[in-house]
Amino acid sequence: MSALLEVRGLRTVFHTRAGEVWAVDGVDVEVRRGECLGIVGESGSGKSVTFASVMGLVRSPGRVAEGQILFEGRDLRALSLREMRAVRGKEIAMTMQDALTALNPALTVGEQIREALEAHDETLPARGQPRRAAIRAKSVEMLGLVGIPSAESRLRQYPHEFSGGMRQRIMIAIALACRPKLLIADEPTTALDVTIQAQVLELITDIRARLGMSVVLITHDLGVVAEHCDRVMVMYAGQVVESGPTAEVIATPRHPYTRGLLASIPRPGLRGQPIRPIEGQVPDLIGMAPQCRFYSRCPVRREACLAPVAMRPAGAGRSARCVLLDEVPA
Amino acid sequence: MSLGKLIERLLQLVPVLLGVSLIVFVMMALTPGDPVQIMIGDQNITPEQEDALRRGLGLDRPIVERFFVFLGNAMQGDFGQSFYHRRPVADVIAERLPATIELSLVALIVALVTAIPLGVLAAIRKNSIFDKLATVGSLLGVSLPGFWFGILLIMLFAVQWHILPVSGRIGYSSEIETITGFLLIDTLLRGNLPAFWDAVKHLILPAVTLGLPMTAILMRVTRTSMLEVLRQDYVTFADAKGLSRRRVLFRHALKNALIPTVSVAAIETGSLLGGNMIVETVFGWPGLGRLVVESIFLRNYPLVQAAVLLYAVIYVGLNFFADILYTILNPRVKL
Repeated sequence: MSALLEVRGLRTVFHTRAGEVWAVDGVDVEVRRGECLGIVGESGSGKSVTFASVMGLVRSPGRVAEGQILFEGRDLRALSLREMRAVRGKEIAMTMQDALTALNPALTVGEQIREALEAHDETLPARGQPRRAAIRAKSVEMLGLVGIPSAESRLRQYPHEFSGGMRQRIMIAIALACRPKLLIADEPTTALDVTIQAQVLELITDIRARLGMSVVLITHDLGVVAEHCDRVMVMYAGQVVESGPTAEVIATPRHPYTRGLLASIPRPGLRGQPIRPIEGQVPDLIGMAPQCRFYSRCPVRREACLAPVAMRPAGAGRSARCVLLDEVPA
Repeated sequence: MSLGKLIERLLQLVPVLLGVSLIVFVMMALTPGDPVQIMIGDQNITPEQEDALRRGLGLDRPIVERFFVFLGNAMQGDFGQSFYHRRPVADVIAERLPATIELSLVALIVALVTAIPLGVLAAIRKNSIFDKLATVGSLLGVSLPGFWFGILLIMLFAVQWHILPVSGRIGYSSEIETITGFLLIDTLLRGNLPAFWDAVKHLILPAVTLGLPMTAILMRVTRTSMLEVLRQDYVTFADAKGLSRRRVLFRHALKNALIPTVSVAAIETGSLLGGNMIVETVFGWPGLGRLVVESIFLRNYPLVQAAVLLYAVIYVGLNFFADILYTILNPRVKL
């Protein structure tokens, strides 16, 4: 499998009054064709900023400082804004955490699908009635694809006239309208009820298979990753700390942070036992020493962790950012 | 918009108008000065003649009685005779109203057309030189008093540079027989292009003076709400769809940002009424504002009463209009 998206050494900085915050600090990502890659980490770990950087959507005071973002071999950072617009929505699409705020409250759902098609779809007739009819047919098709009944009449409605789950589906329909090769789903279920969460994730997995696209699923829910992702990348404080095939990472986590995350999940089999949270707080990224970022919270920290820690291979297709890997053979 | 809501709004007008009538009546009565004395001036008349005059105007009765007589007549659409013009107040006001509406509308248009683009630009170029100049400009706009700014404009454009006329609504040579009372329309209806340009020239300075504070306020409102809207997820999502910058800014951001601007504009249009009194006086504009100012000096009670009531109706009407506009712009709100 060849890589669809390859990010190397990405560093994204936010200039704040208190100082520079390296929200993404040397991140490598590889998304292969047709796969679903899960990105896990707590709030502020840099998972959303990483992919906002990929889309070129980091806003001031933030800025992508270093790194390569190769999409099908093309460096997106070298593209002009105009060229980048042709990639956004067409090649790489994104959904956001909360569809209520991501859909424009003042525009009908139909218009919000239509404009995506108008921006990118070159198969549409040039103008007039045929164009309108084609756009309409495609819009209805997209809403049908995400399971919205009586799509024809619902195109005229505004986002607030839909339920939360429906809005999430509409946002997915808009993102997929131009058949992107990569969908970045940023916390697609966080704002939803548990029952609806499962439906939306099934939908994404199902469409991925049908359209043959790749999906990056950003979440803080390891359960979601376990069920839907081929590979997983764990982020902590702006860095990747572990990556590998989902089943293996969950079965034998190599980084203490991943272990901590897994231990903190309540499980039906362990009813009655206390949940073990990871002690301490995420470190302040301003003026961070060049040590292991998990040092202050790590139960197995040692002196070697006070030097910069690089990613190390940790078995087939796996790697982790921990000095312990040097001590214990993988 | 249901009929019930409309009726409810109309019913709300009743206490407002009653309250306004009472306050104006009391204030006019408390204002020192006697309309009869003002009318007499330095003419020599006998006390009997003076009494007759007072009786004729109904001013010999106690104030409470006068108030109820006024209310009773007003409810039948009779606002009495203007002391000064000796004609029905309604007629005098109707004659002057088009000039005021024309000036206010042009001022409103000037304000909207300048404030919205400037506000949007200031928001997009936040913290730029342009944004800072716009901030200073809007501060000046709200703080410069109309009577001072108007006179300054007259001194520059009319007295110094002779580009625009000093005062009035139209030059003597261009005067035409009116049809609607709106000179911009009438001159065109009569096919008199030179007169139309003359009317436009007369409008520029007063409209700018009248519209300046509103421009300043609307610009700030537009800038603030545009900045707010540009931070919203739906703008990021629109960008993520690869839409053109124009579409993101104007279709996605501006449509939402205009919601507060339009509401404020509709309500601020009411404050143009107050500005009219000053601007019309400065520019010798033959509208309602100047008429009211003159009538206050002459203690022309019936005219002031009727005009203030009219202002109240317009003000309430504009608020109602603002609510309707709000629901049109914001699909989440239903009246």
